Amino acid sequence: MAFTAAAPEGSIIYLENVTVDFDGFKALHDLNFFMDYHELRVVIGPNGAGKTTLLDVVSGKVQPAAGRVIFGKHTELVGLPENEIASLGIGRKFQTPSIFANLSVRENLELSLARPSKGVLATLRARLDAAQRARVEETLETIGLGGRGAERAGGLSHGEKQWLEIGMVIVQQAELLLVDEPVAGMTDEETTRTAELLLSIARDRAVLVIEHDMEFVRSLARRVTVLHEGSVLCEGSVDQVQQDERVREVYLGRSGSRKQAIHA
Amino acid sequence: MPSLERWGLVAGAIAVVVVLPALNALPPGSSLRVSDFTLNLFGKFLAYAILALGIDLIWGYTGVLSLGHGVFFGLGAYAMGMHLMLEIGTQSVYGNVLPDFMVWNQVKDLPLFWQPFYSVPFTLVAVLVVPALFAYVFGFLTFRSRIRGVYFSIITQALALSTWLLFNRNAMNLGGTNGLSGFKSVFGFTLNSATTQRGLYVSTAICLCGAFLLCRWITRSPAGRVLIAIRDSENRVLFSGYSPAAFKVFVFVVSAVLAGLAGALYVPQVGIITPAKIGVLPSIEMIIWVAVGGRGTLLGPVVGALGVNWLQSLLTTHYPDLWLLVLGGLFVAVVLFFPDGVVGTAQKLIARIRPGAGAGVRQNGRPGEGHRPGEAERQTEVPHIQAR
Repeated sequence: MAFTAAAPEGSIIYLENVTVDFDGFKALHDLNFFMDYHELRVVIGPNGAGKTTLLDVVSGKVQPAAGRVIFGKHTELVGLPENEIASLGIGRKFQTPSIFANLSVRENLELSLARPSKGVLATLRARLDAAQRARVEETLETIGLGGRGAERAGGLSHGEKQWLEIGMVIVQQAELLLVDEPVAGMTDEETTRTAELLLSIARDRAVLVIEHDMEFVRSLARRVTVLHEGSVLCEGSVDQVQQDERVREVYLGRSGSRKQAIHA
Repeated sequence: MPSLERWGLVAGAIAVVVVLPALNALPPGSSLRVSDFTLNLFGKFLAYAILALGIDLIWGYTGVLSLGHGVFFGLGAYAMGMHLMLEIGTQSVYGNVLPDFMVWNQVKDLPLFWQPFYSVPFTLVAVLVVPALFAYVFGFLTFRSRIRGVYFSIITQALALSTWLLFNRNAMNLGGTNGLSGFKSVFGFTLNSATTQRGLYVSTAICLCGAFLLCRWITRSPAGRVLIAIRDSENRVLFSGYSPAAFKVFVFVVSAVLAGLAGALYVPQVGIITPAKIGVLPSIEMIIWVAVGGRGTLLGPVVGALGVNWLQSLLTTHYPDLWLLVLGGLFVAVVLFFPDGVVGTAQKLIARIRPGAGAGVRQNGRPGEGHRPGEAERQTEVPHIQAR
């Protein structure tokens, strides 16, 4: 648990003393957080710990009251609009599936493809090249929707929509993927496949996952960060975190039912 | 698009651009002859169809309901009307170079903003650029501030109301309540001639074909997919690296230009433009044309604009009191029973009979099947008109 607040060399995302203030409620409080390139990190924490706000700050949806957010070597993200942050290589998967229901599965991916410019005029004239087409087909296979590219996306099941959205973030060629509670509402089988999917895409890029489901967290078996009241409580492996007295207190102190959540 | 559909469109275009005016040119007494009155009426409807295409781009495809398109129609119409007023010159009732209403209002000199409208090229440019600029500024301010859904609709309705109030004022020097009328000629051709009117009709029909092709090009490009994507999930578009505001401003400007063009073609054919044609009510009527015809398809708004207006002219001739009831009933029926409009419903039926044709339906961005779970999330983003 060697955690320092100093700017680490080679981190893909680095948050320094970030505070987010919602009318007096500090959703993030002097938060320091960083991730390495190609790291798969899971962030857990009780409700209101600031997990989603952390993703909001990185993806530009929420502007922090104080602090710095550095992407890669030098890119300061604070103040940039969401679409520019997305173009820089930060992809976001939302908690509830957000896909384009009236487009086909393939069009959903094509639209999300990384392109040099996503301005109006460039998009009017954009045509897919062979490499991009291949990339879309490959991603269809990766997310388990091979052969279903022509289907209307709105007709997919809940789990398939979640995978499609993950696929959309993949074709964005994001270096950093932000994934918010991907398995909420999924069946056990879908949960297992989602874990496999996340592990396979984490080979090429950094992935930050927010999750409640400890079994799922264990299946990803990577480094876990526990957030509490807008700050990092502790970091470590799943076992280390579950043994940590402070973590138990945070979960148990709030409500007894959390006991199952953390020990499940 | 199946080639059958393409040939249908080509045939429709030929019928509208060539056949109808040719039938009008037949000698009087011929049984096939289309009367001057009918041709003129259709010319007006075709102008409306151009405007309806624009509304469909912003509402049907992008899911942004504008209740203020009468304003852009009005800007194009008034720009053209001002030139036609100046063309009257001393042939006016008072024999003054100033338009008659200025003489009544004791305006001594032509206001400065009227001066450039002596020029034909300036007028032709203004007809398109004035609505475009206005839509750009208005769209930029609202869309950048992320004003969406029903809030955007209410603001555009307020825009229609305030523009109507403004154009009604005599101090605006735009003819007040009476608007602009009494035109004698357009670009030197006397308006009181069947040939000129036929020329205006053909120009309108050609403009409609051009507008249709423009909209088709936009909606079939990747940018067209982005428009549908904005309707489905604006948030996802934003986090996919696109600026939804930029796309909405673009499509709002295009639709305003089409509305302005429609206004400019309307004025010489109808011979008058008044604030009553650009306010809240006409703006809502325009929405009804698109809803009835079928939003999210390009044929829909054309069919809706022609059909509803034709029905209106038929009914108001014979049963003038009935029309508003019919219009209201039509709208309620479409919202409740045929949310896809005439064309959308027809496409669904065809898709059901010929499963292979389903792809053509879906290409237009309308669901090819019944309501699926995905529909629910769309409902939250698209401002439907029905009260909920």
